[in-house]
Amino acid sequence: MVLNCRDVWKEISNYLDQEVEPALRRELEAHFAQCRHCTAVLDGTHNVIVLMADERAFSVPIGFNERLEERLRQEIEGR
Amino acid sequence: MSLGKEIIDDRGERNPCPDEAALIDRICKGERELFYDLVRPYQRSIYLVAYSIVQNEADAEDVAQEAILKSLKHIDTFRGESSFSTWLVSITVNTARMRIRKEHKRLFEPLDGDRDDEKGEYVPRDFSDWREIPSDALEREEVRAVLAKALASLPQQYREVIVLRDVHELSIAETAKALGIREGAVKTRLLRARLRMRDLIAPVASSWTPSRNWFKKGRRPWS
Repeated sequence: MVLNCRDVWKEISNYLDQEVEPALRRELEAHFAQCRHCTAVLDGTHNVIVLMADERAFSVPIGFNERLEERLRQEIEGR
Repeated sequence: MSLGKEIIDDRGERNPCPDEAALIDRICKGERELFYDLVRPYQRSIYLVAYSIVQNEADAEDVAQEAILKSLKHIDTFRGESSFSTWLVSITVNTARMRIRKEHKRLFEPLDGDRDDEKGEYVPRDFSDWREIPSDALEREEVRAVLAKALASLPQQYREVIVLRDVHELSIAETAKALGIREGAVKTRLLRARLRMRDLIAPVASSWTPSRNWFKKGRRPWS
């Protein structure tokens, strides 16, 4: 089976999560090797995953941890 | 985010490692001050899970506090069938959803047209090359703002999935369990969330990188 671009887009997330069977993986990689558009989608989707996982990407409000621990302290010591 | 205290089983689900199980056992037996140690690694990601649903800082902080306090109150009902982390995320998701319903906000949040119909295909809109993330990109406020704006633009059910999977780093199975949906639905929503984030970010990402630092043609950032 020869994959077209639409077939590839449907599997890009599963491919990056290593959730595809070896035969499909080989088909996808053969397609990426000759399709600039799908390679761009693959690279960018991978970069989204990298950014989302980076602890610098999203932060908690200033004082969040202190306020939470104070609430916990009241709960734990209040009993 | 590291969830290194846990063991991943052959179903892709984390189970408490002996240390975490022992900690929970001691808390249940009365050493409640140990709860700080149990919950501390998850505080940031619990806030982010809450924020992904309620979409404002004040409510997200309230929800995160409420969820963590609920987990303390009900710690003796935790059976270890999933990881403590997954259990805590489930409580947070439910607490956040209840908050939204209570405030009648986004109760019937519509999907964004046909492109977000889970029965249809998502077609990428943009094919800009985006090979590299400069190591200092996330030190820059404008980059973090682009990421936050892209995430905020997603429908709620996509935000929930991408935050649990890619920020909290739950497995597909754990994400499905925490959200009460099928694994297939997790994969579908995750695909759409990631592709849509890429569509929104890729066109502006080229401005993050000086051209001299671009990777050599054909090389992948992760290879």
